[in-house]
Amino acid sequence: MTLNPFLVLASLLFSIGVYGVLVRRNAVLVLLSVELMLTAVNINLVAFGAHIQDTLASGQVFALFVLTVAAAEVGIGLAIVLLIFRNRSSANVDELDLMKW
Amino acid sequence: MTFGDWISEPGNVVFLAIGLVMAAASTWVVLTKNVVHAALSLVVTLAGSAALFLLLGAEFVAWTVVLVYIGAVIVLFLFGIMITRAPIGRDSAELDHRRRWPAALVALSIFATMAYATTSLYGWSEEIHLDAPVRTDSIGEILFSRFVIPFEAVSFVLLAALIGGIVLARKDETPQ
Repeated sequence: MTLNPFLVLASLLFSIGVYGVLVRRNAVLVLLSVELMLTAVNINLVAFGAHIQDTLASGQVFALFVLTVAAAEVGIGLAIVLLIFRNRSSANVDELDLMKW
Repeated sequence: MTFGDWISEPGNVVFLAIGLVMAAASTWVVLTKNVVHAALSLVVTLAGSAALFLLLGAEFVAWTVVLVYIGAVIVLFLFGIMITRAPIGRDSAELDHRRRWPAALVALSIFATMAYATTSLYGWSEEIHLDAPVRTDSIGEILFSRFVIPFEAVSFVLLAALIGGIVLARKDETPQ
């Protein structure tokens, strides 16, 4: 296997995630797109880790850390979205303008 | 290295198949009008990433993705979609912003920049030499020796997320 196709696929997934974050209005769908970006990061980490072949397997260990933090982020993020929905009966990110100057 | 040389290796054929499925599924995540379909397409994308990890010899990471993401996170997302009463169905024209083209331009330029920056580090014939998959017991030894402080820090992050989730989701007590 060659290294570069993995990197191109990861950049593709990341940019699709960026598009989703920018274009979606529903907060849950924004979080879904963030998950796409985190997946792209994990693919890069594991591919580079397999390429440099270090004895500490740093790429895989860091991918595991990213997975853990992503799980925590989803839990907290969805709790915040549910709270906002409970208070304002809408989960659209463009209607949350309370802190807009 | 020509495309014919590249595709003649079996691992690259598997990569191409998985990569095409992942690209299609992730595009569907951001384009579909149906919110539940978006979550289910994310399942396909994550399963594809788990298959890529298996291909790269990262077995423990692959099964962790299957267990944590496909098992737990997607269920959480489906709960979130149903509780927030996101518009499910085909009539939801209000799911996207109206200004799609600037976002597409930004995403495209990010793709071009990142793909160029990462692939220009190595030539296109740079091989990944896999001797053997990294065994789970060696991952465990590494986690508990070299990376033990980040591991404990991450467990603290999980504890904070647990407490924060409970505090946020709890109903406020009515003032007497």
